[in-house]
Amino acid sequence: MESADFTLIIPEIFVLTMACLVLVIDAFLKDEQRNVSYLLSLATLIGAALITWNNHFTSPAIGFSGTFIVDAMADVMKFSVYLVTAAVFVYSRQYLRERALFKGEFYVLGLFSVLGMMVLISAHSMLTVYLGLELMSLSLYAMVAFNRDSAISSEAAMKYFILGGFASGVLLYGMSIIYGVTGSLDLAAISTYLSAQQTFNAPLLLGMVFIVVALAFKLGAVPFHMWVPDIYHGAPSAVTAFIGTAAKLAAFGFVMRLLIEGMGAMHDSWQDILIILSVLSLAIGNIVAIAQTNIKRMLAYSAISHVGFILLGFIAVNPEGYSAAMFYTITYAITAAAAFGIVILLSREGFEAENIEDFKGLNARHPWYAFMMLLVVFSMAGVPPTVGFYAKLLVLEAIIDQQMVWLAVVAVLFSVIGAFYYLRVIKVMYFDEAEDSHAINVSGGMHLVLSSNALLALLLGIFPGALISLCFSAIS
Amino acid sequence: MFNDLPLLSLLIWLPVVGGLITLTSGDRDSTGARRIALAFSIATLLLCIPLYTNFSTTTADMQFEERVVWIEAFNIFYHMGVDGISMPLIILTAFITPLVVIAGWKVIQVRASQYMAAFLIMEGLMIGVFSALDAMLFYVFWEAMLIPMFLIIGVWGGPNRIYATIKFFLYTFLGSVLMLVALIYMHYQSETGSFAILDYHSLKLGMTEQKLIFLAFLLAFAVKVPMWPVHTWLPDAHVEAPTGGSVILAAIMLKIGGYGFLRFSLPIAPDASASLDWLIIAMSLIAVTYIGLVAMVQVDMKKLIAYSSIAHMGFVTLGFFLPFSIYFANGNDLSGAALAVEGGMVQMISHGFISAALFLCIGVMYDRLHSREIKDYGGVVISMPIFASFMVLFALANSGLPGTSGFVGEFMVILASVKSSFWIALVAASTLILGAAYSLWLVKRVVFGKITNEKVADMQDLDRREFVVLGSLAFTVLLFGVWPDPLVEVMHPTIDNLLRHIIVSKI
Repeated sequence: MESADFTLIIPEIFVLTMACLVLVIDAFLKDEQRNVSYLLSLATLIGAALITWNNHFTSPAIGFSGTFIVDAMADVMKFSVYLVTAAVFVYSRQYLRERALFKGEFYVLGLFSVLGMMVLISAHSMLTVYLGLELMSLSLYAMVAFNRDSAISSEAAMKYFILGGFASGVLLYGMSIIYGVTGSLDLAAISTYLSAQQTFNAPLLLGMVFIVVALAFKLGAVPFHMWVPDIYHGAPSAVTAFIGTAAKLAAFGFVMRLLIEGMGAMHDSWQDILIILSVLSLAIGNIVAIAQTNIKRMLAYSAISHVGFILLGFIAVNPEGYSAAMFYTITYAITAAAAFGIVILLSREGFEAENIEDFKGLNARHPWYAFMMLLVVFSMAGVPPTVGFYAKLLVLEAIIDQQMVWLAVVAVLFSVIGAFYYLRVIKVMYFDEAEDSHAINVSGGMHLVLSSNALLALLLGIFPGALISLCFSAIS
Repeated sequence: MFNDLPLLSLLIWLPVVGGLITLTSGDRDSTGARRIALAFSIATLLLCIPLYTNFSTTTADMQFEERVVWIEAFNIFYHMGVDGISMPLIILTAFITPLVVIAGWKVIQVRASQYMAAFLIMEGLMIGVFSALDAMLFYVFWEAMLIPMFLIIGVWGGPNRIYATIKFFLYTFLGSVLMLVALIYMHYQSETGSFAILDYHSLKLGMTEQKLIFLAFLLAFAVKVPMWPVHTWLPDAHVEAPTGGSVILAAIMLKIGGYGFLRFSLPIAPDASASLDWLIIAMSLIAVTYIGLVAMVQVDMKKLIAYSSIAHMGFVTLGFFLPFSIYFANGNDLSGAALAVEGGMVQMISHGFISAALFLCIGVMYDRLHSREIKDYGGVVISMPIFASFMVLFALANSGLPGTSGFVGEFMVILASVKSSFWIALVAASTLILGAAYSLWLVKRVVFGKITNEKVADMQDLDRREFVVLGSLAFTVLLFGVWPDPLVEVMHPTIDNLLRHIIVSKI
């Protein structure tokens, strides 16, 4: 281990130190001083963003005996994680306070989870992959159970914990088989070993299948999606917002590192599996979402269908496809953050705005937020000029380039079905009369962050070029 | 002076910016919002003057071109320009929008600023569709246009508006996604990896590829036109939409489908168009006759005009797909083919004015009686003589009376179809009877006769605002009826060039 290695992990060290600091300081704070922990956590994320910005490496740098990598993709993904998490922290403050959940532990767990995501995104060995994944997941399990008096939250946390633990087991089993065959945990060494093979023997294939299953679970792809709606529904909305956005970014890094960089040579074998996962996710996600009356469950199924699109990018098996998947994940995280932000916004003390009906007449109650939600929903449906359209366009480009036109046709047809339930949200907001006459209270900070978050979906839709170029250069 | 200005960008973004400004004025000051909207829509119309006067009628090249890199990674450009096909449609759009704003002045009391803003943004997006020369830019405008229309029908529409607007959105969305796949496919077929529509025109494609691409485009454009049998969203949308929505829908949005055939289907897949032209001709003739009969039995005035729109648009698509048979039947003579396509174009423009006028007429009556049922009316001429004369004029124009613009396009298409086949001409000419039947019967039942409903007797005649709107449309309908030359002159070089392009096989 050389001292130069430590320059690679300055952002990680910073987040870790700050998370511990928040934990200690919070212990000495009175309840009315809890804002200190909140502000410190925000400062941590902003600081980490600045460090990553200044500390970025022009060429990939590998350290700690090949277990840790910092490259352009890692920087971009980490940066997105900070921003999305910061937005979620801002949205959650009032929500948590109204439910007597405004505690320092929420932010400490959030920061540890962010640290896990960072490690996962920068992993270059199966061991670091697992380390990052578990740090992230364990924090998330605790966050889901954060409202300990709520039966539905506890149930969700239990489900998440058991199923997540099971998936980790599957992952470990797959990793151990791959390690047994290739003799290395280093992803570069595994990749070299696999590239040299003419055919893949049964243990390798078995190990690969186990790993793909674990990836599919973490992404929430059909048929490993059953936890997604329950957890989205059961978790406090602030936590759902975190799982639905930042964790998706980390899952992208997980797939990139393990499947593409580690086992890219086996793409002929995993491509078909991903096609099935993708088509099933598009179908089940979009069709079942129509039947939902709870907006968090609807967003969960919508997330499943978006995972189907992200998988299409990986199916293309070329840098364009991976960049498309990356662009898709980042923009999805941005729009989903805004969507959950508005769900949180409409909730108030003793009332969860969980049902689609709760959005009735939002245009009459508060036209600005109705317009923000309109942008978000059209972005998710993939209608230009919002950014969701370009995300879909890039993915379709990549697979049509690979002569898989039929897959593109399947994907667009399911997105038409998907448009129906997105339109229903708009219908409720714009065409129905308001039943709820409570004023919408919003702090200045949240108003600013939420508005800029939703407008970003429009702005990136009108000028998508820069982010697209960034994703392209980050992958190649 | 105007040569240096990015005229097309101004035409697109001026109304969009105007719409956003109107939005900010909010519901507190509805009158202010209306005035801002009117000012911006008239300013946009005035911008069309340099567009028309500086337009050269001697070339088929794109004019007023603008080209800036938009998305570098995919060679997508903010590339715009107009030729003889798109220029008249842009002017039509800019002409109709102020009328819609004026027509909604008093009627729309709920969320007036959002209403006006939606129409202004819509106007900018529609002009964008007509001027985009990059396939992705075209698609972005094409899809984005759905959002304001979806809201217009859904927020200000009739009792069954939600069903109608979701049907409208999903139908068009379904139609267009396959077009997206086709556009991306061609992007990878072109050697330069270009999204430019003009590069697509010269793209070499095999017959199977052409047919698949043709069918993908057909679905998108047939839904938009709409052609039988994918027309069912239109009557629903029209009936539920507010008057302004119906006007824009009939006068401009339907034309975008026709425009698509000329800009994409024919030049990109000429061989597939030539081999599948029977399909379009058959669908068009069914629209002309069957939908004409359907129109006759409607009891709702808006539905009647909606069906009449489908029948009239059948003429447009008929004209666009006749050239192949005319060209080969008449020893490679292009003039007959040009007559057909030009007839279709004239019909599009003329239908834009006439259908807008008829929907506005129905709006005028609806505002007074709050009914669209034909049986609630009768004897309107007694209480509203000025309005009645307008209504009769537009109904006659709708049935193709010589001297009105409705006659010119239909006559050109029928004349051309004689050169193709006697039977096509015979079926197409039945519109002269059917069109007259449903239009005049409507007038007879609504405008003439005795007053049976006492409320009709109390109806006030046109106010100044309504008179200006209907008067300007009447003037245009008569102007192009007696003097269609300026219109034909503008489009002739472009259509000639288009025909020369499509008769050469790509295979």
